[in-house]
Formats: sequence, structure tokens, C-alpha cells
Amino acid sequence: MGKSKTRMSADINAGSMADIAFLLLIFFLVTTTMDVDTGISIKLPPVPPPDQEPPPPLNERNVFVVLVNANDQLLVEGEWSDIKRLKEDTKRFLANNGAVPNLSDNPQKAVISLQNDRGTSYEMYIKVQNELKAAYTELRDDESFRKFGKKYGELTSLEQKDIREVYPQKISEAEPKDLGGAN
Amino acid sequence: MAHKFKKKQGNRKPEISTASLPDIVFMLLFFFMVTTVMRETSLKVQVQTPDATEIQKLEKKSLVSYIYIGPPIKALIPSYGTEPRIQLNDAFASKNDIAEFIELERKARNEAEIPFMTTSLKVDKSTRMGIVTDVKQELRKVNALKINYSTKKRSGDL
Repeated sequence: MGKSKTRMSADINAGSMADIAFLLLIFFLVTTTMDVDTGISIKLPPVPPPDQEPPPPLNERNVFVVLVNANDQLLVEGEWSDIKRLKEDTKRFLANNGAVPNLSDNPQKAVISLQNDRGTSYEMYIKVQNELKAAYTELRDDESFRKFGKKYGELTSLEQKDIREVYPQKISEAEPKDLGGAN
Repeated sequence: MAHKFKKKQGNRKPEISTASLPDIVFMLLFFFMVTTVMRETSLKVQVQTPDATEIQKLEKKSLVSYIYIGPPIKALIPSYGTEPRIQLNDAFASKNDIAEFIELERKARNEAEIPFMTTSLKVDKSTRMGIVTDVKQELRKVNALKINYSTKKRSGDL
């Protein structure tokens, strides 16, 4: 009797194991979200201390002014512009190296000033940010190809620093203004 | 029975053993269990992020705090209207709550990790910049300077 009992209990039917596992698997398959969070990373400037002296004025030729109004229209260096042109214009400004008198002296001195209205749409704002960043990325890639024969992203951190010193990314966002319009 | 099988063996391929099927399935199961991230906040705002090309991956998800901005979801439109709102954790908030939110997020982390904390702004395309600017100003005040505008990858041209 004892003998038969042990044999009985040792024999659990494992046939439904696969079904149970499948059930769980399907549950996790459905609930899984595989999306990786991506986005444009920026660093905000710290709040200036109240007793800080105003920074020395920059030479006007070294500042690339980009304004976006409440109707999502662009004003670049005082002229109406289009988002499709922005990247090339920015690149020309940054990589000017003193050639054209109203563009930058050199990339180290060049600053991009971006100002938007409170009524600007977020989509447009991201587009502009993206184009400005893209201009820097392309210039850095060109420079790194020239120097190291590789893309900027493939360089070691020391080499990247080298390139960053040639093309420091200076996108400055002006303190917000309410110029009226929407919102 | 056994006799029958033996007879047929000549013109029939042997069956594939399914004994390892549970193991395979379990392996898959564990993979998905480990990679699953349960969504802990239920969204009260509709967020359709814009797309961009200059995107970076957000690393170290445990150090990221999320701020959602967008118009309320359809079910909440009758009570909250369509004006974009800020959502922190599970509830609507005003811009004055952001400082406290960041403070709480910091307390939940290790002291050494605080400088690496990032705030991810998940903002709907149609939102006006006014509200985003307010949020950015609040973040500056509490010195949470690393931010990330959540965007999707764009494949085509502008």
C-alpha cells in the first residue's frame, strides 16, 4: 500500500504546465511597453543671483537672433525666414570664421539667441530647437571627419571634448516675454 | 498500441518531443517579466509628443521624473475643459506645485544621485509655449536644470 501511494504522489501531471506558462506569457506580452524614452536634452541656465553684474555686451555679429512669434513664424536676424532654411543659415553663421562681415567671428564666440512667444506652439518650438541642434551636430560631424575620420558619436570622450571646444553649443534662450497674441 | 506504432514507424517520421516546450515558454516568460515596466501613473492628459531628429535616449529611468502637459483626456473634458493642464504623478497640478514635486522626487533618491536627475517634459504638440515656459521657470527656481523634451524619432524630412 505504501509503495503504491508514493508512486501516486510522485506523478503530478505536468501537461498543463505549458498552458499556464503560455497564459502568463501572454499577459506579460500584452502589458509590456517596449518604448524607449527619447527626447531632446537641454540644460536650463541657473537663476542668476540678484547681485550679479550684467554680462558684457556681445558683439552683434556674434549673436544669431531667432525669434518665433505666436503665429509660429520665424524671424532670423531681423528677416522673415522659414524653418526649412534655418539649419543651413545657422551653419553658415557658425562656420563663418570672419569671412562675411555680419556673420560670426568664429564658432567659439558665436551665440544663438532663441526667443519665443508665450503663444508659440510647442511643436514649432521643438522644430526650431531641433534645427539649431542639427546645425551643431552636422558641423561637429564635419569637423570630426576632418580631424579623426570618424563621426562625432564614434569618438572617444577625449576626442569629443576636442571637437566640442571647436564648436561649443551655445544656444541661449532669452527670458520669456509676453508679446501678446494667443494664450 | 505499441504494436501499431511499431508497424507504422517505417513510413512515418518520429514525432518531435514537446517536453521542452514549457522550458522555452518559461524562458520567454521570464524575459518579458523582467523587461516589463508597469505604468504606474494613469494619464489624465492627452500627450502626443512632437517628433525630432536630434534625439537622445533617456538613460537611468529611475532618475527621471515626468511632467505631463496637455489637454485633459476626453472623459475629463466636461469637468476640466480643453485648456492644457499640468499633470504630476496622478493628479492635475498647477505650476506652484512643481517645486514641491521636485523636492519629493529628490527625497526619494540617494543624495549622490540628485545631480543626475532629469526631468522629462511630455508635452502635447498643440500646447502653447506659455505653460511650458512657466514650468521651465519653476524648474530653474528649484535648480532642476537637466530637462528632456520628450519627442519621437522623425524619419522623413521637415
